[in-house]
Amino acid sequence: MTVEVSTSTDTTEPTLKARVDRSAYLAGLLKLRPELPEELAELQGVRDRALAIAQELAIPTTRDEEWRFTDLSSLVHIGFALPDRASISFAQIESFILPEAVNSRLVFVDGTYAPDLSATDDLPEGVLVTNLSVAVQFLPSLHNYLAKQQGAEEVFTALNTASLIDGAIVHVPKNQHVETPIQILFVSTAGVATIAHPRCLVIAESGSSLTLVEEFVSIADGGYFTNAVTEIAIAENAQVNHTRVQRESETAFHIGKTAVSQARDSRYSCSAISLGAKIARHNLEVYQTGEQTQTTLNGLTMINGEQVGDTHSKIAFTKPYGTSDQVQKCIVGDRAHAIFNGKVSVPQAAQLTNAAQLSRNLLLSPRARIDTKPQLEITADNVKCAHGATVSQLEDDEVFYLQSRGLNPEEARKLLTYAFAIEIINHIPVASLKANLTTIIRTQQL
Amino acid sequence: MINENSEVILSVKDLTADVSDTQILKGLNLEIKAGEIHAIMGPNGSGKSTFSKLLAGHPAYTVTGGEVTFRGQNLLEMAPDDRAKSGVFLAFQYPLEIPGVSNLDFLRVSYNAKRKQEGLEELDSFDFDELVRTRLDLLKMDAAFLSRSVNEGFSGGEKKRNEILQMALLEPKLGILDEIDSGLDIDALKVVANGVNQLRTSDNAILMITHYQRLLDYIVPDFVHVMEGGRILTTGGKELAFELEARGYEWVREEEAAEVAR
Ligand SMILES: Nc1ncnc2c1ncn2[C@@H]1O[C@H](COP(=O)(O)OP(=O)(O)OP(=O)(O)O)[C@@H](O)[C@H]1O
Ligand SMILES: [Mg+2]
Repeated sequence: MTVEVSTSTDTTEPTLKARVDRSAYLAGLLKLRPELPEELAELQGVRDRALAIAQELAIPTTRDEEWRFTDLSSLVHIGFALPDRASISFAQIESFILPEAVNSRLVFVDGTYAPDLSATDDLPEGVLVTNLSVAVQFLPSLHNYLAKQQGAEEVFTALNTASLIDGAIVHVPKNQHVETPIQILFVSTAGVATIAHPRCLVIAESGSSLTLVEEFVSIADGGYFTNAVTEIAIAENAQVNHTRVQRESETAFHIGKTAVSQARDSRYSCSAISLGAKIARHNLEVYQTGEQTQTTLNGLTMINGEQVGDTHSKIAFTKPYGTSDQVQKCIVGDRAHAIFNGKVSVPQAAQLTNAAQLSRNLLLSPRARIDTKPQLEITADNVKCAHGATVSQLEDDEVFYLQSRGLNPEEARKLLTYAFAIEIINHIPVASLKANLTTIIRTQQL
Repeated sequence: MINENSEVILSVKDLTADVSDTQILKGLNLEIKAGEIHAIMGPNGSGKSTFSKLLAGHPAYTVTGGEVTFRGQNLLEMAPDDRAKSGVFLAFQYPLEIPGVSNLDFLRVSYNAKRKQEGLEELDSFDFDELVRTRLDLLKMDAAFLSRSVNEGFSGGEKKRNEILQMALLEPKLGILDEIDSGLDIDALKVVANGVNQLRTSDNAILMITHYQRLLDYIVPDFVHVMEGGRILTTGGKELAFELEARGYEWVREEEAAEVAR
């Protein structure tokens, strides 16, 4: 089954090119959604509610403020189909498996759980790391969390939920500390023009802690579309250290949502690394729901060619004594275009908030482009909110200094670019992943 | 140590150069032979750093006339990294900070670039570690410097020491030291000077730029040149430095003017 692309001629458009009707296009994607497996019948309501929301919506255009710089025209011309059920061998994904998580990993192929590629033997008693159909049997509280995060009515989130058939579920009980990192690997088999809706739900009960690594990778190039949603619920005094790595094929579309809720005294830290996809968008939303909550967001987008890499983050404070510390770095080469929009909302009730945001950008080519925008919505009066944005290029003097020590100009530029990026990588708490990414960044073609 | 028959390391003839369309170097002549130590002194803005950076190949300077030969090769045709790999080393007056690159990595990359040029195999981390430690000892530097980012947060004196550490690893044929003594206390000065002296051989040469005679007590020059207005006004032995320190630069200008008048 493929989506039908119906077009209409919109005379108000400056170009004469036929313009896709974007709500009809979305309806096509919704029609495409796979059947809900029988064992998930109890989730029918969740899917239906999302469907009802999505049916009222359309794929956004650049006239939408939230999508001003990220043009999805090239997406809405593609007639996506569901992927064929691919069976891939362990050898094909072995290089993506973190040695630290060799027995605490879930692998999803085109959004569907691959039990033969997954292994969860290393986890403490009571910790649940599994897929949705197992979780519905053992985790009654699932219903309180699945698709319950704020922002569920956003179009791509609703599309994902409406298409729900599977997902990764992580549940860490009260006061349980999981030392072993938990890896969720979403592999795309990169069929041309296929669509997948990876889904992940993480629940950290009060006083618990865990380290989560989510990776989006592909084993072949293709113009596929990943529409991912991850929800993370962090209870009182719990801690989640999250690393999200997006290295899809450079011909793919990736739209991903990470929605996090944090109860009082909880700590969430995220390192979001975005390297792949032709058009990538990450919506990272953190809702602080209790006092004295800490949020740390580190992001790195490193793109070149004609890639578009868009991060929209939102930190919503609601109670006093919350803190956030955010650093977003973008390295943009060739004719690539990076976008960062960092929303921080501090309502009247969130007194004594301390929020810091820094957007640092490195342009490697005169045709590269960056749009960065802090968006502070502050109504509380007794708060500290600092923000800053810089856009720089590699300095001739820096390149020269390295050249004067025998590095050729390209090596010099690579080393300086690496130096700019490495601060973000250094926050990643898993050694092998840190080393892999360091190598990728160190040897990146500029 | 002067030896008439030594190889000519650097030969500069009638060099003129511009920066952003302003002429800074105005007919500079200098010859340096293997084994020699040369010092250039001169007032602020006379073109000393311009000259040293030009020798290292800084892109901001445009040579408009004259020639520069390094060991028989046209230096001006060589890219900065090729100059470095062929044995030109500049210790910068203001060394840059490179946050994010560890000093150790930087030293290794740079050392291996030179090894590669010489057709030698690159040293692995282990062997390099050992080598770098011997050089650290030479400069009485703490190994903790290796894991810090290049020059980041280093004091002025530490930056200068770090420059000489790089020189000690790269063992250049021509070491150009631009105000390596500025900002050093007397103990550090002795250590740095001692390091430089130990790197000296009859095959290499040093060109140092300084404002202070004090440095020349520790690294004793064979020649002292006075630079002003982008030219070498006069050249003498190490005693010239004492005279400059005592009398300033005015008398050099007057003598030069008298010379021209005659
Ligand atoms: N990039 C540049 N653009 C414009 N002018 C420059 C540039 N670099 C150097 N100059 C000028 O060239 C002249 C010589 O500068 P240079 O740094 O070579 O002097 P110096 O002899 O090293 O002085 P100091 O003793 O203060 O270090 C100065 O007038 C300086 O302002
Ligand atoms: Mg100078």
